[in-house]
Amino acid sequence: MDFRFDIIQEYAPFFLQGLLLTIVVSIISIIVGSILGLVIGLGKMSKKRLIRLPFEWYVNFFRGTPLLVQMLLVHFGLMPLFFSQPSATVSLVVSLSLNSAAYVAEIFRAGIQSIDKGQMEAARSLGMTHAQAMRYIILPQALKRMIPPFANEFIVLIKDSSLGVVIAAPELMYWGKAAQGQYYRVWEPYLTVSFIYLILTLSLSKLLHYLERKYSNQ
Amino acid sequence: MIKVTNLKKSFGDLQVLKGIDAHIKEREVVVVIGPSGSGKSTFLRCLNLLEDFDEGEIIIDGFNLKDKNTDINKVREEVGMVFQRFNLFPHMTVLDNITLAPVKVRKWPLEKAKETAMELLKKVGLQDKANVYPDSLSGGQAQRVAIARALAMGPKVMLFDEPTSALDPEMVGEVLAVMKQLANEGMTMVVVTHEMGFAREVGDRVIFMDGGYIVEEGTPSDIFDNPKHERTKSFLSKVL
Repeated sequence: MDFRFDIIQEYAPFFLQGLLLTIVVSIISIIVGSILGLVIGLGKMSKKRLIRLPFEWYVNFFRGTPLLVQMLLVHFGLMPLFFSQPSATVSLVVSLSLNSAAYVAEIFRAGIQSIDKGQMEAARSLGMTHAQAMRYIILPQALKRMIPPFANEFIVLIKDSSLGVVIAAPELMYWGKAAQGQYYRVWEPYLTVSFIYLILTLSLSKLLHYLERKYSNQ
Repeated sequence: MIKVTNLKKSFGDLQVLKGIDAHIKEREVVVVIGPSGSGKSTFLRCLNLLEDFDEGEIIIDGFNLKDKNTDINKVREEVGMVFQRFNLFPHMTVLDNITLAPVKVRKWPLEKAKETAMELLKKVGLQDKANVYPDSLSGGQAQRVAIARALAMGPKVMLFDEPTSALDPEMVGEVLAVMKQLANEGMTMVVVTHEMGFAREVGDRVIFMDGGYIVEEGTPSDIFDNPKHERTKSFLSKVL
């Protein structure tokens, strides 16, 4: 079997373009997802059942249905309500953000609830308000514990962004598929794309290990 | 200082406090003893509203805890608490543990808070530990820091919830010594403990609780040498 490096060479500029879009889409989505997730996580921890309920169902829906289905719903159902010609890239960002918000919400909730109850009690017994106790005592400890699952979620999100291919968002996988379609070759484009994803995710986990080491000795 | 009337509290179907009346005077050291599950810790935790209660009334330093106009945070500024499991803040140095509340709650300047903290650390014999993190402290040291942290707010009352129960036996003494010193200085204290020696030596009054009631109370010699109730006698015969 011959391996046609010329295909990779020809598509290199497109792969680079796709890679940049994948990175930008992933970063925007994890940021939006985190902000949304924070709100949803707080909502889910509310003592009032009626406030909790919609947030719980948000998380249930987005964690319990396939991202692929959500993406199709967003691109062909939701976005046309607002735009006459929906951009696939925008749809990709929206669906990834909504999806990761559900996971971040759970990471956030688990992080806060993993802190020993005694910490909140000690803070309150010293006269701190609930907000002060959260800010100075609970969150600093919880955030540290949230780093690993959060980085993990980011890695998953980067890989999930490849689903953008089904709505023709021109991210990395889209160009892999394009090369495959043009030359009817499987190994060259898909191995190259895999390799690029691998570099992305591996460097992220290296960064994660570095952060963990840095913050664990406190 | 503290007046408790007909205090009742349930967890779900289980009623743990079935009507407690107690009056604690200024500068008094009251020791609460009793078997586990008797409600003594819950009683103590009601005094600064870490546990909400269902019925009755608690008045501390003129504040009625159930009054809607009472700011519970203000009351807690005057009521220090020491926990069985220390509950030091692990992400902060010993010094920061002690200065945090005075700075954030009492709005003291950091310098003043640090000065007070160092004085308190000296008092509990740990001035050399100011800049270490809690996880490098022994249990006895951690509990002494926790006492200093509570004292830093300048409370009028100190509550101790089994402060030596999580300690190795050889460290109990150093914590009790600090508490004894505090009692001698005239601090009003409510102490839930299993340390009968401490109760006898330091307590002005001993309260024996069982099954959600105060069964018997009196001076240490009343309770330890002349218990009147069968339940007090049987409890003391097991622990003494």
